[in-house]
Amino acid sequence: MKRFTELYHELDATTRTTLKVEALERYFREAPPADAVWALWFLSGRRAKRAVNTTLLRSWVAEETGLPLWMVEACYAEVGDLAETLALLLPRAEGGTELPLREVAAERVLALRDLEDEEKRNVVVDSWNRFGTRERLVWHKLITGGFRVGAGRKLVTRALARAAELPPAVVAHRITGQWDPTPDSWERIVRPEDAEGSAARPYPFLLAHPLNDGPDELGALEDWQVEWKWDGIRAQLLHRGGEFLLWSRGEELVTHQFPELQELAPVLPDGLVLDGEVLAWRDGEPLPFGALQRRLGRKKVGETLRTEVPVVFQAYDVLERDGEDLRSRPQAERRALLEEVVEVVSSTPLAPPNLLKVSPRVEASGWAALGALREGARDRGVEGFMLKRRDGEYAVGRPRGLWWKWKVDPLELDAVLIYAQQGHGRRAGLYTDYTFGVWRGEELVPVAKAYTGLTDKQIRTLDRWIRRNTRERFGPVRSVEPEQVFQLAFDGIRTSSRHKSGVALRFPRMARWRQEKAASEATTLEEVEALLARYGDGD
Amino acid sequence: MSDLVQVAEDGLYCPAGDFHIDPWRGVERAVVTHAHADHARWGSEHYLASASGEAILRERLGDISLETLDWAETRRIGEVIVSLHPAGHVRGSAQVRLERDGEVWVVTGDYKVHPDPVAEAFEVVRCHTLVSECTFGLPVYRWPEPEGVYQAIDDWWRENREAGRTSVLFAYALGKAQHVLAAVDASAGPLLAHGAVQKMNEAHRRAGVELPETRYADTEAAKETRGEALVIAPPSSGGRPGWMKKFGRPSTAFASGWMRVRGRRRRRSADRGFVLSDHADWDGILQVVRESGAERVGLTHGKTEPMVRWLRENGWDAWSLPTRYEGEADVDEGAVDEEVEAPEGTEAPGS
Repeated sequence: MKRFTELYHELDATTRTTLKVEALERYFREAPPADAVWALWFLSGRRAKRAVNTTLLRSWVAEETGLPLWMVEACYAEVGDLAETLALLLPRAEGGTELPLREVAAERVLALRDLEDEEKRNVVVDSWNRFGTRERLVWHKLITGGFRVGAGRKLVTRALARAAELPPAVVAHRITGQWDPTPDSWERIVRPEDAEGSAARPYPFLLAHPLNDGPDELGALEDWQVEWKWDGIRAQLLHRGGEFLLWSRGEELVTHQFPELQELAPVLPDGLVLDGEVLAWRDGEPLPFGALQRRLGRKKVGETLRTEVPVVFQAYDVLERDGEDLRSRPQAERRALLEEVVEVVSSTPLAPPNLLKVSPRVEASGWAALGALREGARDRGVEGFMLKRRDGEYAVGRPRGLWWKWKVDPLELDAVLIYAQQGHGRRAGLYTDYTFGVWRGEELVPVAKAYTGLTDKQIRTLDRWIRRNTRERFGPVRSVEPEQVFQLAFDGIRTSSRHKSGVALRFPRMARWRQEKAASEATTLEEVEALLARYGDGD
Repeated sequence: MSDLVQVAEDGLYCPAGDFHIDPWRGVERAVVTHAHADHARWGSEHYLASASGEAILRERLGDISLETLDWAETRRIGEVIVSLHPAGHVRGSAQVRLERDGEVWVVTGDYKVHPDPVAEAFEVVRCHTLVSECTFGLPVYRWPEPEGVYQAIDDWWRENREAGRTSVLFAYALGKAQHVLAAVDASAGPLLAHGAVQKMNEAHRRAGVELPETRYADTEAAKETRGEALVIAPPSSGGRPGWMKKFGRPSTAFASGWMRVRGRRRRRSADRGFVLSDHADWDGILQVVRESGAERVGLTHGKTEPMVRWLRENGWDAWSLPTRYEGEADVDEGAVDEEVEAPEGTEAPGS
């Protein structure tokens, strides 16, 4: 635990990538495998789900420190990070525990989940007594499931690849998917390169860069494979050794959330991996993302929901066929192979209809014609184009120049800042979470919350303005004078009973601070409803 | 009988003596606790301040009509007997004791109870009513022992020297800078000071404070001491690449109570954050409230609401006195238009 705590604080203390990678590499080289594998498990984004209820945790801190619970809350609002708040409130303790990370992780993190509250409390208080202040912070992060330390999977992969002296792609592949934090797993992850791969693991996803400046720099359109950018759930479909698995991009197994896709299993050849998108689909058209959302996060998908929101797998790419890794083949070749595979599957006599499709190629005479087509993307229920370089490989991560997403321009409206709340983490103590309203007659009704799009400088300026123009306070939230107008950009709009305005925006963000505009010039609810009628999902 | 101290348009006001304490604008008669910009403002007719802080106050306010008091020396103003007592915040910083017909009020100004090699040690003054600052009035703000922090600064400086990097430590020009200079191991290497810091160093020396020798951090000095020096600079200079570039690729650090919280530490994007404050922490405020014997406690500057509530729940008669600086945690975010350096995102004076 000592060494891991040191690592956490080293990563936390610097913003320099090179220093982070060095710290990680050192840790992976030096830590015993039984601990290193736990560190990797946490660092690669795995979490102890529901280890402890944070409400209880707050009340236990209150009891142990003799502070009223409201004071714990007030401190949390100030610090903006629960794990840190609790560590700061507990009496200072120098030094630390001799317990190794593997023991802490197994017995004091994962094991918590199955304990009764009173037993949990005992473990928590006992741990506070054993751990130093710095360890408590890290441990709180582990048990509250919020373990993020500014070292993303890419950095962790790079550092581990160095430590294990393996190509990063091999490491990325090996740490993808499900594995248990055991020394055996560690052994498999760091062992020298060989041909054998675990049948359950998907490949790391190739991700696209946004194309913000248009296609002028991309050369001839002939060099690019163009597809619509579908708005669903990016997923890899695996069929290996008779097992059918569906992995989401977040590397969660979603096989059971889409049981109808499993009907494909009998007709798929073995040793096949397809990259694509799960889409809600009816009558030859995609349903809005909102419909698909209803099928997510459920333990069981009932018949009614399956009928209301049918899904398809829209394949983009073939990554493996007959057990052969195709990722280094050019895009164009993979595309031909993909069409072949899907053709063979679809023509199998027993193939279930309408479950597996190939994302169609979009043809246009040139960039200008393509640009014109893009204008109509929203009406087709897609987000724009994917541009894939025809001679490109299926690389790991988000390299520039292979895949571009050329999204349709966002929808926009001008809204008035009406509420503000303090942010978390790096934004603790600053008012950075904003609620915006549009006019319904003389009244501003909330239409969206947005957190992103402002520069640090603008955030500080706005923070000061908010403090000086507060009307009322409701706990951590302030209502402010309705004066500041922001242009909000968003990707979609739908009806919502949760918002007073009756609409919900998709991915709202602040495109511009319109200081030249008066609040009275902001968008009206009628105008928003017109957008809803045109682009909304209608359900 | 009315309160001895009230909040008036221009700040804290004592009607029985017809004077203000740390007024926000020019008034007839101002009692000034210390020279930080949110306490010592220009434009008053007459000033009363501590003799110990005179040189520093004059450095800030220039040619003013100033009367000084030694510690605990009394002066009658109207119906009120006024005396000043060390607050431990910066050199010469004072608490103001007011007495009328046996009723005693104390206005702390900014203060700390942790020791400081430059400022006179905080003195507990018994009173019926205490008006305390509350910049760090939450229990997450508890300071480590300063000795350990000094050691950590020395260690950081040494590591940088070993790596051949100049060390730039951001600290408020008045108070924190001298606190750090007097505390570090000055024999370890050359000490450089930003112009604003250098000016305040001189004022301290004029006031009889012993500080290690500091050299003005111009390009030549920076070049000659590259990889060796510890540079003390106000927080604003970190945001000026033009000023910073003479040090090559320095290691940077902040010394401030706000460094207790990681989010704020990271926002500074300095390499290190040292938790070193010239304000009282949570325990410090409570200690002073208890030892003063006050039954009524007014709180001002900072997040006063939780402290007020906590004191009320624990038997005190507590209330909040608004300040011009909006009364909440924004004191660290440039709400103070400091005349020497007032960039965006600087810390509150001495925080």
